[in-house]
Amino acid sequence: MTLAPADVAPQEPSAATGSARGRGGLGAYAGRRLLTGVGTMFFVLVFNFFLFRLLPGDPIALYTRGRNMDREQLRELRRNLNQPIGTQFIDYLRNPFSSGVDSTQFSRPVWDVIGDYVWPTVVLLSTATVLSAVIGIAIGIRGGWKRGSTFDRTSTGITLTLYAMPEFWLGMVLLILFSVGVGPFPGIFPSGGTITPGLDPWSLEGILDQAWHLALPAATLTLAYLAEYALVMRSSLVDETRQEYLVTARAKGLMDKLVRRRHAVPNALLPTITLVFLNIGFVVSGAITVETVFSWPGLGLLSYQAIRGPDVPLLQAIFLLFSLSVVVANIVADIVVAAVDPRVRT
Amino acid sequence: MTTTTVVPKSARAVRRIRRRAAVGRFWASFRRERGGIAGLVILAVFVLLALTAPLLFSADHLKVTEATGAVLAPPTSGFPLGTDESGRSVLALVVWGSRVSLLVGIAATVISMAIGTLVGIGSGHFGGGLGSVLERVTDWFLVIPFLPLAIALATVLGSSLLNVIVVIGVTSWPGTARLVRAQTLSVEARPYLERARVLGGGHWHQMSRHVLPNVMPLVLANTTLTVAIAILSETTLSFLGLGDPFRVSWGSMLDSAFSNGAISAGAWWYLLPPGLCVVAVVLAFTLVGRALENVLDPRER
Repeated sequence: MTLAPADVAPQEPSAATGSARGRGGLGAYAGRRLLTGVGTMFFVLVFNFFLFRLLPGDPIALYTRGRNMDREQLRELRRNLNQPIGTQFIDYLRNPFSSGVDSTQFSRPVWDVIGDYVWPTVVLLSTATVLSAVIGIAIGIRGGWKRGSTFDRTSTGITLTLYAMPEFWLGMVLLILFSVGVGPFPGIFPSGGTITPGLDPWSLEGILDQAWHLALPAATLTLAYLAEYALVMRSSLVDETRQEYLVTARAKGLMDKLVRRRHAVPNALLPTITLVFLNIGFVVSGAITVETVFSWPGLGLLSYQAIRGPDVPLLQAIFLLFSLSVVVANIVADIVVAAVDPRVRT
Repeated sequence: MTTTTVVPKSARAVRRIRRRAAVGRFWASFRRERGGIAGLVILAVFVLLALTAPLLFSADHLKVTEATGAVLAPPTSGFPLGTDESGRSVLALVVWGSRVSLLVGIAATVISMAIGTLVGIGSGHFGGGLGSVLERVTDWFLVIPFLPLAIALATVLGSSLLNVIVVIGVTSWPGTARLVRAQTLSVEARPYLERARVLGGGHWHQMSRHVLPNVMPLVLANTTLTVAIAILSETTLSFLGLGDPFRVSWGSMLDSAFSNGAISAGAWWYLLPPGLCVVAVVLAFTLVGRALENVLDPRER
């Protein structure tokens, strides 16, 4: 998580200096952006390769910690790791997604294991991202437009407090309140999992039951993330209120509501939309702890199990997957923003 | 000689007077930021608590073998915040935990600021090859998601207090570097740098005597915000079991509370205090950071 105001400021010069339509259209920009994106991906691959190899200690011991391997497997592994580093690197680049070592906890190829855990994470994170963006932006618009109002001061206070909370702690507090129950109030939400065992996931009852299970973890992540969106939306709307085109709009006799909705908000939305995409890296981080607290069987819980093992091959694969998805999200964000706002195509 | 002459002040004295006046002006405008003052007060309380922890509770309170209380017992007069899973006083743990959390937060921030400032100034100052390489590297590290990277590093390095500090320090600098780079570029465009270059000032002279002092205020505001993030990161890493297993921190308390069934036991007294402390300290650093930004950023006036 980074803090909103610090994050937005440096974006402004690039937006301001980019001459409109100066260096070709959207296609050319997207091409350049894809190229640097590929460069970044290559860096992630290289980094992933060396991170787990160049550090001190016996790599065999690191890879096989907490697991009994038979002698034949060990010999095979040692032969691979004893090859020249260049050969190993080329082998790795040919197929970065096969580490040659199975997950030490599941004794299956790591990508097979990961495949089973992707879907619940996608459901949880997309629900939380959409909800937190919508609620956060709405709060930010209301607070930023009437700067210094009671609503603004209260909402800024609440969002700053939410921002200061570790997500998993918020999750545990919600669990005690709504799942375990406090005093005379019984818990009404399930304490973990995605579905009550024995229900058919595609029946009506099953779908409602899954929504019931999703409610608490999704609420936790939504509360944790909306703070940043609200703060960024507020500060970028405050910046817009100083612009002269708003004076023009008012001078035309437009109602305050229309000045806000048609002129200020569309311009102020841009940094926030960028942030929603860029935040995928932080969203992923939150998922690791929150899924653990709610026993939500996604990649976050899998990461936790891999840490506790420790299951290094699995950890390495998860690191690669998370990093690459964030790089892709960044490229998409930049191209989407460039499509909306020609000023940033530099 | 009997006549008193006005002794011209030395350059050093003039500088001291100017500096004192600048600090005075800064404090006058900072004092008007209510949030910033509230943050400072909260921080003072926690720093005092961390420094006096050994006087308030002897280190024996942390030993599982010396624990006298019942297991996971709610607050009583002897244990104002109840006990943990081995019968230790939660109050003593929270007070001692503040030491590790603050230490990690501040030490990691120092590392992160040093790397961020160095890379940021370097990439802004040196055009051409070195500058663009540094900028690229910053961008690369910026996109790698923080927690997965920190987890990978912590797993490979092993868990100790120093490693937690290093892991948080070396993963949280790219934001600062980007900020410092932008500021460096704007400082470098000013005439007095041209003057320094014309007079034959070398790269080191330009960067250390002209760029750095002008970038420092921004770095200062950014530092307080980074401490907040570093403390949150420490809490998260310790919760995941990647902290120092032999030291109590707020994060490791939340880890043991979670692992030992404090939730299903409804042991709110074990769960709330460390979490509320994290919220208070992180919020305080954030408030101070925002107040500093308001004071230092002319746009906000």
